[in-house]
Parts: sequence; structure tokens; C-alpha cells
Amino acid sequence: MNWNSWSEFFHMGGYALYVWGSYAVTAILIAGEILLLKSHRQKALTLARLTVKYSKVKDDESAA
Amino acid sequence: MTNRLNLYKYSSPATFYALAGKMIPWFYGAAALLCIVGLYISFFLAPTDFQQSDAYRIIFIHVPASWMSMFIYIVMAVWAALGLAFNTRLSFMMASALAPTGAMLTFVSLWTGALWGKPTWGAWWVWDARLTSELILFFLYLGFMALQAAIDDPRRADRAGALIALVGVVNVPIIYFSVRWWNTLHQGASVSMTKAPSMAAIMLEGMLVMALAVWMYAIAASLSRVRSIILERERNSQWVAQLLETEI
Repeated sequence: MNWNSWSEFFHMGGYALYVWGSYAVTAILIAGEILLLKSHRQKALTLARLTVKYSKVKDDESAA
Repeated sequence: MTNRLNLYKYSSPATFYALAGKMIPWFYGAAALLCIVGLYISFFLAPTDFQQSDAYRIIFIHVPASWMSMFIYIVMAVWAALGLAFNTRLSFMMASALAPTGAMLTFVSLWTGALWGKPTWGAWWVWDARLTSELILFFLYLGFMALQAAIDDPRRADRAGALIALVGVVNVPIIYFSVRWWNTLHQGASVSMTKAPSMAAIMLEGMLVMALAVWMYAIAASLSRVRSIILERERNSQWVAQLLETEI
């Protein structure tokens, strides 16, 4: 085991800023991308639903 | 002949949309699992380095992110080439879906590189060949996305984007071999196909597991993105209408 205590673990041999700065930003970016992917999917679904609805209305109108 | 037919089947956006939907949770799951194992190796099994102390632990994201930033660009260029050659819509959509994830990982590579450079070289950034060519890769990804976003007609956007992807792929071997071709501050390859890796086995294992985790994540993310792109582009087609009816 490398660490005798949690504080030693967080201290990272004096390189905490660099090590945790790397890991934190990577984690934030990945979490951010997952959120963006979710909102992209919701937008795409909404757009597709609206398109289907609109084309149905048009079909009904042309049938009438 | 049957192979050919199968390939055509999966190059249909409707089939691929369903298939990707089934595969995404597995890739996310594999990514999460590998990430947990990889982080455990990186922080608890891999010993403190005798020269760099714990600063070297940045390697466990820096190298996987850098590898994947180049690999994703190559995959993107291959999809772009397939799209141009066979005029398959799905190939272009795959290329577009890969770019944001590739750009994000390129940024991670540059960012972690800066945070590693400061304590080891004393500089956040130097204009050496490795760093500069990786920065160009970042701009190529951004250029690809900006160009596609700027062209309204999706078919023309696909072709223009594919051209950038193909021209830019020349940069990938430049990044890879930069440490050999030029005198760089950046160190040479720690892992190469021709000689034994110049690092402790456990560190190498941590790096490889993390690389697999990033790989699985990249697949999951790009499949998820391509599904949204398929929905947007195919929203006028019959199968989307049917899909939405059964879904709700």
C-alpha cells in the first residue's frame, strides 16, 4: 500500500494540484459530455416527434 | 454474398439505430468497470515513482487520452473515406458522432500534459513537436465540427467534413513519430511495438486498463451521439414514425 493515511493520499507527495487537477477536469469533461449526450437525445426525440406530428396533420389536410 | 448482404443490413440507419441502442449500456458498463479497476491500480497498486514521486500518476489519464485522441481521428477518417467511396449516410454520421468525443480527449491530453509538464519540466507549455502537433489535432477536430455546423445542407456538410478528416489524418503519424523525428522535450514512447516497455509492469497494466476504459467509453459516447444524429436526419422517414409510435 502506498498511503499511510487519507491525508497522505490527497497530498499526492506534494503534487496534489497537478494530479487532482488532471483527474478532476477529466471527470468533469466526461460527466459534461454524458449530460450533453442526454440533452442531444431529448432534442432529437422532440424534433422527430414534432416532424411526425406535423406530417400527419399535413396528410389529414390533403386527405380532407 | 451473405456477408455483403449483412453489411448492407447494418449500414441501414434503421437497423443500426436499434443495434446501437442495445450495445450502448454494455459499453458504458465495461467502461465503468475498467475505470474502477484502472483507478485502483493507478492509485493503490502502482508504487510511487522514485524520480517523479506521485506526479507521474497523471500518466494513467494522459497516455490513454492521447492514444484515443489519435485513434478516434483515424477511425473518423476511415468512416469519412467509406462515406465518400460508397456514399453511405451512416458512415458520415459515424464520422460526425466521433468528432466531439475525439476533441474532448485531445483536450484532456493537452490539459493533463500541461499539468504534468509544470512539475517535471518547469513549464505548462513548450512549442515542441509533440505538443504542437497534438494541438493541431485539437484544431482539426474543432475545424471539422465547425465546418459541418456551418453548412446547412447535411449532404454537403458530410462531404466537406470528410475532406477535412481525410486531409488531417496526415497529422496523426506526425504526432506519433514526432518524438523520434525531432528532438523534443516530450519523452519518447514508453510503449512501442518494437521494444520492451520502459516502465514497471504494474504501471503499464494500469495504463492499459485505463486505455481500455477510455476506449469503451468513446464507443458508448459515439454510439449514443450517432443515434441522436440518425433521429435528426431521418426524422422524415417512415421507420422513425413507426419507432416513435411503438415507443410512446
